Amino acid sequence: MSYTSHADLGGQLGHGGVFAQHPPEAEGELWHAAWEPRVLALTLAMGAAGAWNIDQSRAARETLPDYTGMSYYRVWLAGLQRLLLARGLVGTDELAAGHALHPALPLPRLLAAAEVAAALAKGSPTNRPTTRAPRFALGDRVRTSALQPDHHTRLPAYARNQTGTVERRHGTHVFADANAQGLGEQAQWLYTVVLRGTDLWPECTDPTLRVSVDAWESYLQPDPVSAGAPGKTRSGKAP
Amino acid sequence: MSHDPDHDHAHHHGDAHGHDAHSELGEMDLRVRALETVLTEKGYIDPAALDVLIDTYQTRIGPRNGARVVARAWADASFCDWLLRDATAAIASMGYTGRQGEHMVALANTPDQHHLVVCTLCSCYPWPVLGLPPTWYKSAPYRSRAVRDPRGVLADFGVLLPEATAIRVCDSTAEVRYLVIPQRPPATDGWDEARLADLVTRDSMIGTGLALDPAAAPGAAPASAPVTAPVTAPAAAPGSAP
Repeated sequence: MSYTSHADLGGQLGHGGVFAQHPPEAEGELWHAAWEPRVLALTLAMGAAGAWNIDQSRAARETLPDYTGMSYYRVWLAGLQRLLLARGLVGTDELAAGHALHPALPLPRLLAAAEVAAALAKGSPTNRPTTRAPRFALGDRVRTSALQPDHHTRLPAYARNQTGTVERRHGTHVFADANAQGLGEQAQWLYTVVLRGTDLWPECTDPTLRVSVDAWESYLQPDPVSAGAPGKTRSGKAP
Repeated sequence: MSHDPDHDHAHHHGDAHGHDAHSELGEMDLRVRALETVLTEKGYIDPAALDVLIDTYQTRIGPRNGARVVARAWADASFCDWLLRDATAAIASMGYTGRQGEHMVALANTPDQHHLVVCTLCSCYPWPVLGLPPTWYKSAPYRSRAVRDPRGVLADFGVLLPEATAIRVCDSTAEVRYLVIPQRPPATDGWDEARLADLVTRDSMIGTGLALDPAAAPGAAPASAPVTAPVTAPAAAPGSAP
């Protein structure tokens, strides 16, 4: 294994109360230092330049060794610098000097001030047309992959090797795992899969708890145990 | 309340003019400025675009957008049906579209079913309707616990739900973004959308809070105040003022 995400936090114990580290923030209280909005804007502007995709951006952040020790905008800054350095768009000598020392490389786009509103309003939809039929129907029982892949993935560790029920179908979407590796979009059907709290957590005694994840088709297999079992509904409702 | 100059989270209400006392943060200012200068000199960014981006999320795109969507859903049953059926289109009809909200799903909270939204893998959040996420939403305690102990998380927000209310935690693991429609408070019949929207807090649209109850909190309650739950937490003193 060479790929390690430090951002897969679901179910980890020991992080304390929600407000133990950060006091509640009022609506509109967005920044805690003057540099934070600049990092946000730099990240958005460079994302729009087209030198990487959002999945590569997430991969660059989640593999930062000190991910959990950094504030969120420090993570964003470190991730942005990493993406720029890896592509030779900037050099460490330039970051140290605070000035350009080498010629610029060509980029697909430049986000101009006048284009910001339209670019944000358009966004980057990830749904793609398909002629492939979906493998699963609403209400189907499925088992999630047990594999810990050696690359960026969007199936959280806590949700691996679990049985659940397909609740929604979202069409076919750019497959994050492939897109993050620069292997193209490889769009797949995307499903909301509902898991039971009592299956996920040994200490869970809340019979009402359900946790859903949005899972691409290749994360899922038909559940061999419960797929044909009597009494399993196919109504599309939560189990 | 006195200001603590050593506080790690100096508050910058909507502006970008910091007053960081820490040398460490001064170093961050220099690092970010250096990067911005390099990217500008290389022609990778339009520095004026940075200011437009920041201004957009400070003044135009924030949780008041989502509050208007929820208020319309409360006031207009056919809009609510549309929102639950095709949230992306219904929300777009109010002009809220795009980045980090390209694929929307709306979830209605009811006495029987409460929804809570998290992104355990990063910080996915429906920007067009809620703006930028608060720090707690992006931090390890919320992201780790929301899927495992959501009632404990809700207790941190001062919300205690009846045991019979089922809890659904939606982990935003792909590019679908979730907007919670909180329960409409009682005694708001006939209110217009603008008045209803004032009851809709950011946290109520994440599922970590409830809509403000005008009967329980007469007058203008601050949006950041803990929200009264249907069942009052035992730890809270009866009748205690916010």
